[in-house]
Amino acid sequence: MSALVTSTERLQRLLALVPYVVSRKVVGLADTATAFGVSQRELVDDLNMLWCVELRSPDPYCPIDLSYEGGEIMVSQAESIGRPLRLAVDEASALLVALRMLAEVPGGNQDRSALTRLIAKLEAAAGEAASASAQVAVQVEINNGQGFADQIRLALDSGRRVHLRYYVPGRDETTERDVDPMRLLLVEGRPYLEGWCLRAEGMRLFRLDRVLALDVLDIQAAPPPEAEHVDVDSGLFRPSEADVRVELELSPEGRWVAEYYPYESLAELTDGWVRVVLRTPDTGWVRRLALRLGEDGRVVAPSTLVDEIRTAAAAALDNYR
Amino acid sequence: MSKRKTERLLGLVVCLLSTRRYLTAGQIRDAVPGYPESEDVFKRMFERDKEDLRDLGVPLETGLNHPFDEEAGYRIRQQAYELPELHLEADEAAVLGLAARVWRRAELAGAANGALLKLRAAGMDNAAIQQDIEPRLSTPEPAFGPLWEAVRDRRPVRFAHRAAGRSEPQSRELEPWGVVNRKGRWYVAGWDRGRQATRVFRLDRIAGPVKFCGLPGSVIVPAGTDVRELVRDWDSVPAREHTAVLRVRTGAGVGLRRHGDVVPDVEPGWDEVTTRYREVSWFADYAAWFGPDVVVLDPPDLREAVIARLKGVLA
Repeated sequence: MSALVTSTERLQRLLALVPYVVSRKVVGLADTATAFGVSQRELVDDLNMLWCVELRSPDPYCPIDLSYEGGEIMVSQAESIGRPLRLAVDEASALLVALRMLAEVPGGNQDRSALTRLIAKLEAAAGEAASASAQVAVQVEINNGQGFADQIRLALDSGRRVHLRYYVPGRDETTERDVDPMRLLLVEGRPYLEGWCLRAEGMRLFRLDRVLALDVLDIQAAPPPEAEHVDVDSGLFRPSEADVRVELELSPEGRWVAEYYPYESLAELTDGWVRVVLRTPDTGWVRRLALRLGEDGRVVAPSTLVDEIRTAAAAALDNYR
Repeated sequence: MSKRKTERLLGLVVCLLSTRRYLTAGQIRDAVPGYPESEDVFKRMFERDKEDLRDLGVPLETGLNHPFDEEAGYRIRQQAYELPELHLEADEAAVLGLAARVWRRAELAGAANGALLKLRAAGMDNAAIQQDIEPRLSTPEPAFGPLWEAVRDRRPVRFAHRAAGRSEPQSRELEPWGVVNRKGRWYVAGWDRGRQATRVFRLDRIAGPVKFCGLPGSVIVPAGTDVRELVRDWDSVPAREHTAVLRVRTGAGVGLRRHGDVVPDVEPGWDEVTTRYREVSWFADYAAWFGPDVVVLDPPDLREAVIARLKGVLA
């Protein structure tokens, strides 16, 4: 990894390393390497570089004195870099924006108090660097899910199972299910319950704004060992090979579809039309989407879905005769 | 990475921190090892070094020790350099770890980690992090990076933007006031110089590069500007002023029933739902979504709009 680190990034690390040791008096080489995300060898290189700093004028001297014998680092002379550099605007903003977002999540009163204290402390410590963070904001969408987030945290804290009435718009269906909660996800400002669904016998994500009712049951949650967290970093909804491949053409007015739903590929056609290819395990919502789009969308494939859509549209029109 | 450059920059920081007097470029060259003999090469290198330090947030000061000095010098004031004393409780440290994870795959990930590093350097414990809540933001839009910089540095920008329902992007010149994420989408709000009006743009509708078109500090955010409010107003929906009367098949249209009055079994297999809506085209989209399970009885314009959609499918 060190090959990708720039000189200034390494300088940042060096400037943090001295105060890291100073504030702890003595620290282990291994622990410190872990804390800084470097190998022990890289850490030793850093320590050597610090120890070698030399100023030549007016009189030559070495301002930093340290040792790392026996796997323990000690700094006996830190001179002027014994304290960390203050937070840069980007750094203060990244933390403050994230903290203010977390503060919008309902529930978790303990966290709330810690959040409030921490935001105040960081604002004070960052000083002017904190001001830019006011220009960035993330709003948490909790229209209907407000109370449910609270209950889910309660269930998580006490390790209990929940019962959900959950609406699936793609199928226009209300389902009843018992779920062993694993985590509350807050992705792109939208809360989800991640849990082991006993009905589906699998990990599922539930959008809180589609939860119609939620009860915390008096049953210990017991997700099976194979219940693994969803990998939030690779996207919440990943298409699988088993999914149906749908080809859909959209007019300029229907183009918003490509902004809302993840697609596999997009090709520009003439007159501002685009063709998107997407994969889905359940084509029910595509059928409904096509009805909604009217002349602004055309499903091209698969042909079974094309027929299904035409049948549904004809049946719906019959209702108006 | 150049080891020599890191050494030189480190020496420069230590040197300028340990002086109270301003040091001239020449004095700095004498004190810090690693600068070249050639005056020209030295000057260029020193300029770049100063810029690198300022980019890192090192408060490099320029000034004269004496009003009659001919050449300005440099120093770093200890007080301006140091992170102020900051003691974090264990629960605060845990929340901070959570906050740093928010940006894990997004534009500000490096900044969040840098901040965490400094706070750990200030003595904060590597606290145990909560596992039962996982927050994440992403910034897939290439426009996010430059727009955040523009907002931070108060610089105007130019970009091409494709408005909803249009296929051709239009060029915009914007004095950006802030960046807001609402319902999972990033927006930038500011003063549109071409339209001479406050405007909000979605970042995922910006096509091509975002270019700076003015100096840092040249954008003035009007006092009392609330960017969240601007985006909310822009995105806001009108009041539900209209009433629709619908036939809804028994057991279907759950989403519709949630916000309406239901009279069950008005005819076999059908309930009647009366509900409020905001806009004909929006609600016609929604009613058409339910296909043969929902029939609009009234008003006529809504009824026609749904029929038009269904005919459009069969066209």
